Amino acid sequence: MKTRSIASFLLGTALSLTAVGAACAQDKAVKIGALSDQSGLYADLGGPGSTLAAQMAVEDSGLAAKGWKIDIISGDHQNKPDIGTAIARQWFDVDKVDVIVDVPNSGVALAVNNVIKEKNGVYINSGAATSDLTNAQCSPNTVHWTYDTYMLAHTTGQALVKAGGDTWFFLTADYAFGAALERDTTAVVQANGGKVVGGVKHPLNTPDFSSFLLQAQSSKAKIIGLANAGGDTTNTIKQAAEFGITKGGQKLAALLLFLTDIKAIGLETAQGLNFTETFYWDMNDQTRAFSKRFAAKMKNGAPPTMVQAGVYAGLRHYFKALEALGGNPHDGVKVVEKMKSMPTEDDLFGKGEIQPNGRTIHNAYLFEVKKPSESKAPWDFYKLVGTVPGDQAFTPLSESKCALLKK
Amino acid sequence: MQALYAQLLVGLINGSFYALLSLGLAVIFGMLNIINFAHGALYMMGAFVAYFLLNNDYLSIGYWPALIIAPIVVGIFGMILERTMLQWLTGLDHLYGLLLTFGLALIIQGVFQNYFGSSGLPYAIPDQLKGGMNLGFMFLPIYRGWVVVFSLVVCLATWFLIEKTQLGAYLRAATENPTLVRAFGINVPRMITLTYGLGVGLAALAGVLSAPINQVRPLMGADLIIVVFAVVVIGGMGSIMGSIITGFALGVIEGLTKYFYPEASNTVVFVLMVLVLLVKPTGLTGRAA
Repeated sequence: MKTRSIASFLLGTALSLTAVGAACAQDKAVKIGALSDQSGLYADLGGPGSTLAAQMAVEDSGLAAKGWKIDIISGDHQNKPDIGTAIARQWFDVDKVDVIVDVPNSGVALAVNNVIKEKNGVYINSGAATSDLTNAQCSPNTVHWTYDTYMLAHTTGQALVKAGGDTWFFLTADYAFGAALERDTTAVVQANGGKVVGGVKHPLNTPDFSSFLLQAQSSKAKIIGLANAGGDTTNTIKQAAEFGITKGGQKLAALLLFLTDIKAIGLETAQGLNFTETFYWDMNDQTRAFSKRFAAKMKNGAPPTMVQAGVYAGLRHYFKALEALGGNPHDGVKVVEKMKSMPTEDDLFGKGEIQPNGRTIHNAYLFEVKKPSESKAPWDFYKLVGTVPGDQAFTPLSESKCALLKK
Repeated sequence: MQALYAQLLVGLINGSFYALLSLGLAVIFGMLNIINFAHGALYMMGAFVAYFLLNNDYLSIGYWPALIIAPIVVGIFGMILERTMLQWLTGLDHLYGLLLTFGLALIIQGVFQNYFGSSGLPYAIPDQLKGGMNLGFMFLPIYRGWVVVFSLVVCLATWFLIEKTQLGAYLRAATENPTLVRAFGINVPRMITLTYGLGVGLAALAGVLSAPINQVRPLMGADLIIVVFAVVVIGGMGSIMGSIITGFALGVIEGLTKYFYPEASNTVVFVLMVLVLLVKPTGLTGRAA
């Protein structure tokens, strides 16, 4: 009897020792870097709100109670790729960051993508639009949440062409994002029998679009495609109204619009615009509950944009993967592989999955901006007009040029 | 050809903002010898004052009164800045004024950004100026036409005030030799404060004018001010008429660039600045320092 209990005691100690040994290789500490445009034209759709979303993801994960130590730092890339990569390098080398989230601005996002791959970190991008992140430039360390240019082109773009908008003129932001969005939308327009009759590339952060709008007007195209974002899009839409473009029969295709943009334009001017998002605060009880908690912590009381929601959902999934691994291995490829092996499910985006190329698949929603008379609350802006299932909205794997798929 | 006319007109509209802002800068530099980097922030404040006047819980003051009230409010704010800070820099190197006003601009923008975010607030075009007219070669929004006419009038009035009136003569004299002018019994420090208020008021006025066209947002001035400085440098620091003419002219040149080579539209002004500085370092109409 006695010998048996001693034996079992020894066995128990040995087992717990091996457990400790494993935990040493992978501890329970995580450092998150929220890299965003904190003060420029994309600050409201990502920025401080994304950092808040990351904090809420940490709190809601309940990992702190289970002995995890999770820290968040944030940085301002100022929409400059060189600054973005410098911050990312410092975060990995000095601050020992494990995962970088958000990163709006496709130019910066693609540059940071390379750094994260080199440092074997984890990249959960929610803010950038370029579909190249999971296509030609895909990386085993990257998960792209929320949206991309392919999705925008195949939802809003396709719907407009099918509704008879077969001639297009593009107003394109002159950097990686605009180019990708114009390219993906052009492909959709042409595949559906439409024609692109012209376009202008404008510098990022342009205050006055009247000159470009006049060129779009004289092109006589039925659809003026706005391959830009944030402050550029809101300025274009406001000024297009001023120059009577929509009254003249041409239609604006705001390929990428965020909640905060509608607020800036005002319902009076924005009403009737069709566009696509993957998250809206007023979708169901869960999104409303989350958004209420979120807005209470925002200085201007704004509910989350889809980018901020994506930061939250992406991190929640990341934590699930870490828990399943039993600790943080500090090995980006390993964690991302785990993330890809688990189906995604959260309150904000519902059920989905992460494809082998890093693309997260979830529903996309076609919205229309409400009339001022239909809006009942301060941020009550959208009317749901259609749902596109994730597998139809995002790049099919058969079309993806991602090198990870060729293994 | 029609498209070209339209671009010229659009350039003229943008030029009116450049002219109003660079005029204010030129007045301040000419009279106070201060390179006022806070100009963009004060322009932004003008737009925000107009927004607050319209959207508050007590009384809703529209566009027209805002055109007068906002410049006065911001002008007073500017005069407080001058009294409490800028006046101590008299006689020091330009660099000190530049650094102080640049710091002020960052602080003012930071405070607004903290409370209002970066994407801006909508401000509607006043009912009387809604709509537009078809000029044959383009559809001209009435509001934009109004901006050109109004800013031209304001620019010329300011030029007249400084170059052709008794008050302007005192001002110019005070810049040349403040001690002597003081000896004639004129309160030079007060005159300088008022001049700064005037320059700042012009910026705020431009802010109100631009509120319905652009969004009212904390960084609206930061994006514009660098271009406006280039305008002032091209026109000649401190030259009133020079900055008015250059403002309008550069708006037109920028408009043409947007038509012929849009990618370069935000650099063309600086290319011109470099060329002008190489050929005539004092600016097109500037006097030698």
